[in-house]
Amino acid sequence: ISLLPLQYDLSASTFSPDGRVFQVEYAMKAVENSSTAIGIRCKDGVVFGVEKLVLSKLYEEGSNKRIFNIDRHVGMAVAGLLADARSLSEVSREEASNFRSNYGHDIPLKHLADRVAMYVHAYTLYSAVRPFGCSFILGSYDEDDGPQLYMVDPSGISHGYWGCAIGKAKQAAKTEIEKLQMKEMTCRELVKEVAKIIYIVHDEVKDKAFELELSWVGEVTKGRHELVPKDIKEEAEKYAKVSNCPSDENLDKVCPSSCYICP
Amino acid sequence: KTRPFFSEFRVHSTTIMAVEFEGGVVIGADSRTTTGAYIANRVTDKLTPIHERIFCCRSGSAADTQAIADAVTYQLGFHSIELDEAPLVQTAASLFREMCYRYREELMAGIIVAGWDPRRGGQVYTVPVGGMMTRQPVSVGGSGSSYIYGYVDSNYRAGMSKEECLKFTAEALALAMERDGSSGGVVRLAVISEQGVERQAILGNQLPKFSTV
Repeated sequence: ISLLPLQYDLSASTFSPDGRVFQVEYAMKAVENSSTAIGIRCKDGVVFGVEKLVLSKLYEEGSNKRIFNIDRHVGMAVAGLLADARSLSEVSREEASNFRSNYGHDIPLKHLADRVAMYVHAYTLYSAVRPFGCSFILGSYDEDDGPQLYMVDPSGISHGYWGCAIGKAKQAAKTEIEKLQMKEMTCRELVKEVAKIIYIVHDEVKDKAFELELSWVGEVTKGRHELVPKDIKEEAEKYAKVSNCPSDENLDKVCPSSCYICP
Repeated sequence: KTRPFFSEFRVHSTTIMAVEFEGGVVIGADSRTTTGAYIANRVTDKLTPIHERIFCCRSGSAADTQAIADAVTYQLGFHSIELDEAPLVQTAASLFREMCYRYREELMAGIIVAGWDPRRGGQVYTVPVGGMMTRQPVSVGGSGSSYIYGYVDSNYRAGMSKEECLKFTAEALALAMERDGSSGGVVRLAVISEQGVERQAILGNQLPKFSTV
């Protein structure tokens, strides 16, 4: 076992003696440095939530979105290097568009996930290029297949999920997601839970301000992927804040003066 | 463009038809291929399988429709394996439409695509010359179709059973073959449903008879 990468990590076309491709693993580390994104599939749709860290008060609100529309019925939430993610969103859009041109109907999500995963995988084969430093979650809803959720990581593997998380707090987020009975929930209920999970996993000490990005696709949106409407988002954020409020009259916990929940 | 008709190409000059019913489709065609006045093939099979439960009815230039059908069969087979599921009839029809529209100046092909898929059941799509595509519950095509629009319009009812559709199709085709010089021979029928494909042929003396004049 080589504990030190030594010269096996310089290009993606080299295996280490213990059979690892270090460049791909480093790409996954890049994803782990990014803030969290989660996607959960419920009875009648898919909901995405992204913890978008705001590095400066001077940034315009809503800039550098991390949730993309791939086709009318497909949404993509990303974590990792945002520029890499943007380029992959363009690739996904082209795939979906070409499919529709050739075959006359919406691309099935599994097929789209497979095609984009194949593209991501291609960049892990050669020394002339580096792997993509982002993971992304694809979600869609249609009447025949119902809600679908797939995640692709920098190694080019795609899996189908009921709930998944990517980014720095993915372990904590997964724990919270596993507590949910998502197969019985509707999108409207799930939106609030997704907001709550993002607020739970947000680390107030290390990362200060963040913007919550919420989007959904399902029966409630008639199969179109959209950002959650303002009023529903506000209600979800309020639920998230109240659930995470550290003050509790029964336990004599006072509302701390510098809490990020109610500034 | 004038070309010596018979030495250049064979044409179907046909009557073709397809009808949707609950649980599948019934398709039918005559069996005559002509080069000018000579009947080059009097037992032609104009009902061509594109996939296990998707067929197309071919009218127009025999060469053009055979070439298009071969190309679409390949594309659809590839697509079905990629998706790992049975292809949609709509996908097959879209593939026909793409080719027929793109090469509309070079082709003469009037095609009816019909079949069964697990998502939307029995469907009929018509792709006439020019390359438009539209879904219809019942569709007729070919040179003989002109003579039976009245019959089809007045006798088609939604919700017919498989047997009623077979009778409806056979009678319509027989009427067209009686009047259109370019259609004739036997009536070829096929029923496509979840269970698969059942083919039959109605030969000369068994054809439905109508007028005695």
